[in-house]
Amino acid sequence: MDRRFPFKVLEHIFSFLDVNEDRNSVSMVCKSWFETERRTRKRVFVGNCYAVSPLKVARRFPKMRSLTLKGKPHFADYNLVPDGWGGYAWPWIEAMAARRPLLEEIRLKRMVVTDECLEKIAASFRDFKSLVLTSCEGFSTDGIAAVASTCRKLRDLELRECIVDDLGGDWLTYFPETSTSLASLDFSCLDSEVKLSDLERLLSRSPNLKSLKLNRSVTLDVLASLLRRAPQLVELGTGSFSDELDPEEISKLTKALSELKQLKSLSGLWDLLPEYIPVLYSVCPRLTSLNLSYATVQMPDLIDLLSRCSKLQKLWVMDLIEDKGLKTVALCCKELRELRVFPSGADLDETDVTLTEQGLVSVSEGCQKLESVLYFCVQFTNAALVSIAKNRPNFRCFRLCVMEPFAPDYRTQQPLDEGFKAIVERCKDLRRLSVSGLLTDKAFEYIGVHAKKLRMLSIAFAGDSDLMLHHLLSGCERLKKLEIRDCPFGDTALLENAAKLETMRSLWMSSCFVSFGACKQLSQKMPRLNVEVIDEHPPKTRPDSSPVERIYIYRTVAGPRQDTPEFVWTIHKNPEVGVSRLSIR
Amino acid sequence: MSYRLLSVDKEGLATSPGLKERNYLGLSDCSSVDSSTLPNAVPDSDKKSSLNFKATELRLGLPDSQSPQRETDFGLLSPRTPDEKLLFPLLPCKDHASGNKRGYLAKSGSNNAPAAKAQVVGWPPIRSYRKNTMASSTSKNTNEVDGKPGLGALFVKVSMDGAPYLRKVDLRTYTCYQHLSSALEKMFSCFTLGQCGLHGAHGRERMSEVKLKDLLHGSEFVLTYEDKDGDWMLVGDVPWEIFTETCRKLKIMKGSDSIGLAPSAVEKSKYKD
Repeated sequence: MDRRFPFKVLEHIFSFLDVNEDRNSVSMVCKSWFETERRTRKRVFVGNCYAVSPLKVARRFPKMRSLTLKGKPHFADYNLVPDGWGGYAWPWIEAMAARRPLLEEIRLKRMVVTDECLEKIAASFRDFKSLVLTSCEGFSTDGIAAVASTCRKLRDLELRECIVDDLGGDWLTYFPETSTSLASLDFSCLDSEVKLSDLERLLSRSPNLKSLKLNRSVTLDVLASLLRRAPQLVELGTGSFSDELDPEEISKLTKALSELKQLKSLSGLWDLLPEYIPVLYSVCPRLTSLNLSYATVQMPDLIDLLSRCSKLQKLWVMDLIEDKGLKTVALCCKELRELRVFPSGADLDETDVTLTEQGLVSVSEGCQKLESVLYFCVQFTNAALVSIAKNRPNFRCFRLCVMEPFAPDYRTQQPLDEGFKAIVERCKDLRRLSVSGLLTDKAFEYIGVHAKKLRMLSIAFAGDSDLMLHHLLSGCERLKKLEIRDCPFGDTALLENAAKLETMRSLWMSSCFVSFGACKQLSQKMPRLNVEVIDEHPPKTRPDSSPVERIYIYRTVAGPRQDTPEFVWTIHKNPEVGVSRLSIR
Repeated sequence: MSYRLLSVDKEGLATSPGLKERNYLGLSDCSSVDSSTLPNAVPDSDKKSSLNFKATELRLGLPDSQSPQRETDFGLLSPRTPDEKLLFPLLPCKDHASGNKRGYLAKSGSNNAPAAKAQVVGWPPIRSYRKNTMASSTSKNTNEVDGKPGLGALFVKVSMDGAPYLRKVDLRTYTCYQHLSSALEKMFSCFTLGQCGLHGAHGRERMSEVKLKDLLHGSEFVLTYEDKDGDWMLVGDVPWEIFTETCRKLKIMKGSDSIGLAPSAVEKSKYKD
């Protein structure tokens, strides 16, 4: 008798699984579960585009409707990955175009996307609905025009912080002349002007548009007219907010904004002038998300705005908010879940520091639901970190950037070890952590011991020795992504914990003391890892003991990649496998 | 556990007598760094001789504090690449006013000449997109974006005689003197009226705009700035672009104090277009 669960029943049960991690677990139970799961997965996520081949993915998931891919390592955001490293979208688009023509959504992060890719997407997927590109580059507005004109069912077109070859605003005219199905349009990263009439006409024929993010070149004087054509907006990213308006224009804008009854998210606000803050008052009470990180407004004007945002869950702001402003947030924004404070560059003269650790302490006290923080600050104290940890054990993401490398606790001159210890001890659910300031190996021992749920860890200018890496690789059980720069560890810990690397998505190390010989050894020892040495100035001869500039190690079932540039060394490329002069203890 | 580096192969390195160790941690009691086991520092033989190392030294401690000579205490944390790159690659020292202002390391103390700032690649970790956005000028007059490292916003402090605190303005958000002056009027009007408070912007503006303008045009207050050479000048004499390049600080002075700033300036109208 066939004791297996009927396929149909299993399929039905699996249809309730939408978290891919669960689906991954389920697919490992047995062959029939693997088969059932793979036939039902609609949304596919590939965290490293080089970990698996596009062909394999296309074959495995016949019902795929959405594909999310990530390319370059995270530190590429900070210019640590040279241009031309890789992360090309083309092989994936080509493979999906051939095998999965019913694909509806493509989401890419940190990948190189060309106009050819975009044209291929437009031509191949007849039901294509959603294109979201984050931190991508390599394409021009021509490619966007191709997508706009050909994908008749296009719902989302979002370019988030991409580097685009902007050939002008014409692309906006390529959307279908009759009504569009657009629900979300984000062109905030484009530079050039779009014609007001084109934009107005587009809005008028896009009744489903819920999210609109304009670029900076859309001036304030036209905003009212645009908003009148899209009163159903839930998310708005304005253009520039600094042009001079006469009182009549101001009053029209105020009215237009107050008509946006469903608005929950506000961003853009480039160069927001204080005198325009009252214009925003009507939307504040409903806002759940506010991005002021491009608004050069200072205190005390910010208080007027923030004190009205009682429903705010997400706030991005610059350090112009100062401790005072954060105190207001702590008092008024009781629903806050995520806070990001970016440096404005204004406070470099420390006699005038007005954003200190106290700001974060206040918010951690007042905002009970706060779980995600990114905080740039010039200096910090252990006491503050301990308070923060005590106040908010529910942190899931804690990223502190003390901007002065090696800065100790400025009151006690001690390393910040104890402070971060408090964080990892108390915040049991911590998934993501970035550390900074003066840290010894002890800090990493604490992290290894306590941060059991940690998935991603970023480290810069810290630690003393190999022990640091050893603590992390042997202690953090769930670690998936580790990125390290300018830390003084070497080969030993890396080679001793090599097996751990297969349980992780990737490890990035730059400006550390790992030697070329160790990289070779690791490559030989671990065939299922791709070990890439990235040296912008590779020498003609490279002795084993010479340290490498950058290493990027990631697990893969796709084998060596074929598209490495000159400055990337892998063992497959240069099989001068000499005998290493290393001895590992 | 003390850290031991593999012996570094020195071939390919330029030979130079006497490797000089760099002090990157300005604390003598910092026990976490065992100086004896850190690798040797980088020879400075191929550094551009125009760089002033003392000024570019990274230090801990409060700004303007001069740490005593500690040239040989600590080693340098540096990858020993054949190109002898320092951990913090130093860009050539350009006495470029606004660019240097934004280096976040090495404080120049109270002297006037901005020290060369050490620039670390990718630090602080801010997305290039954000950096570029902050750096690109909203001014329609400025044609090119200087390749300024750092964040690029041109913040200068604005003080006013008799005002209890300073404000800061980002010069890049203004396109001309008129724009700047109206913004400053609005910002400081509460002081001239003797009221400070968080009233609605409209009310405050309407009343104070008139008053401040009168005061300013009546030579009660004068807008001045300190340029990169430390001299105080009247605002409005030079073209706007040059002004944004050279202005370090702004000050709204009482008319009587501004006599002698520039010979013909007192007679000139204060706000040129």
